[in-house]
Amino acid sequence: MIVLTCPWCGARDSEEFGYVGELGARRPDPKAATPAQWRSYLYQRANIAGWTSERWYHRMGCRRFLTVERDTTTNEVRSVLDAGGLAEDQ
Amino acid sequence: MTDSAARAHHDVAKQPAGRGHPVAALRRSRYSALSLLRHGIRGDDWPLAWRTHDLRRGYQVVIVGGGVHGLATAYYLAREYGITDVAVIERGYIGGGGSGRNTAILRSNYLTPEGVRFYDRSLTLYSALAAELNYNVMFSRRGHLTLAHSDASLRTMRWRAEVNKHSGVDSEVIAPDDVKRLVPHLDTSSEARYPVLGALYHPPGGIIRHDAVVWGYARAADSLGVHIHQDTEVTGIDVSGGRVTGVRTTGGDIATPVVINCTAGWSTTVSDMAGVRMPIQTFPLQAAVTEPVKPFLRTVVVSGTLHVYVSQTDRGELVFGASVDPFASYSTRGSLEFVEGLSTHVLELMPSLDKLRVLRQWAGVCDMTPDFAPIMGATDVDGFLVDVGWGTYGFKAGPVAGEAMAQCVATGATPELISSFSLSRFARGRLVAEKGAAAVGH
Repeated sequence: MIVLTCPWCGARDSEEFGYVGELGARRPDPKAATPAQWRSYLYQRANIAGWTSERWYHRMGCRRFLTVERDTTTNEVRSVLDAGGLAEDQ
Repeated sequence: MTDSAARAHHDVAKQPAGRGHPVAALRRSRYSALSLLRHGIRGDDWPLAWRTHDLRRGYQVVIVGGGVHGLATAYYLAREYGITDVAVIERGYIGGGGSGRNTAILRSNYLTPEGVRFYDRSLTLYSALAAELNYNVMFSRRGHLTLAHSDASLRTMRWRAEVNKHSGVDSEVIAPDDVKRLVPHLDTSSEARYPVLGALYHPPGGIIRHDAVVWGYARAADSLGVHIHQDTEVTGIDVSGGRVTGVRTTGGDIATPVVINCTAGWSTTVSDMAGVRMPIQTFPLQAAVTEPVKPFLRTVVVSGTLHVYVSQTDRGELVFGASVDPFASYSTRGSLEFVEGLSTHVLELMPSLDKLRVLRQWAGVCDMTPDFAPIMGATDVDGFLVDVGWGTYGFKAGPVAGEAMAQCVATGATPELISSFSLSRFARGRLVAEKGAAAVGH
């Protein structure tokens, strides 16, 4: 079990949250992107073993999107911040 | 044939073929009833199943990852093609990753003809493995049941059964009464939360001793001349002019023209070293085992709706598995949520197990691809081949993947059986549709 401290709701079990995915690749402009660029955005992942920034969604709480810093080798969480709704890069 | 594969073929073809003589080496330490008796009377030690070697400065082929995929690849390279100048580099101990953490279920009742052909070949290799490797892998063909709890899943199972039968694979949809006869402890009443409407019955499926498969391949590969280096971590892969030139490890540097990434859980990390990007996310998959009880469950029972699979080992323990954890991680720590959810679901299937205690739980890490199909064959870096992305079902594909990867390296051609699994399919948008890839989760 891991605990995420939601900036709005406080410390909650990760079961309350939905995992969206790692942050990183910026969504290309669909009008300008080549098929290869678009597919790279869709499928390629950094899949970092270590500290990573990712998007979570507090589906059973404030229903806000959050930016979480987590070590994927230990599941230690460093920070949970409000993402200000849906961030541009996701 | 790709350039990379062709070059790999050119490089390995330079060494003399060794077909024939290594088989004699295999016979030297043959296990048999007679050798058991002899060792029993003499009371002397058995020879080590595989040896340790000093790391050579160069190998024809370096395989990263000493699990069933890596060791099977090494074995078939040596056995089928006489390529014995091979090193298997393992960070921990062999079979300590996915090969030792899976629930050891084998089956070939997939949904697409390609999937059925692929896993049927694997099952064929598995069923001959004990005799071929002279190692008891304890393959028990006890039958495999996938339960249908809804009309939709029953429909898919009829479809799967027809595809299976068309490919000559024994598979049939059976009624709840027949399910009850096969598994008397199953709650097949209509009052169940998820009533059993039928099941896909696959008699050739079963379970195997996964450690024995790893050890059997290791022993056979070792006797054919393959070097197995445990406790040796790959720290870098040297690429020069778009092709592989060597591997750096904690035991020293190796010059090699061919590197095969056969890791699970760490396939992104290893591919990153060669500068090859992977469409992979790593998720833990948890499993648990109960205390041993008298044999009462013969078949493997799977419920996709309840996300659980159950089998009873020869020792009497019940082995439970589920689907992957809800978030990406490399951590192999178990979680309470998993056992809670698992026990609830198991008791919905078999309420009479409520007094059974869970002995231990564990996790393995699974490399999930966007289409849940593996990534096999050549990459953009010449001489760097991959056999990764096996998700939650890598163990049952071990022998056929090893055979195909060995063929890739030795002949330079990508076998037709794995041609749709190339890494380039993601850039081309040609994803594989195999929804029957794993019984639960997808």
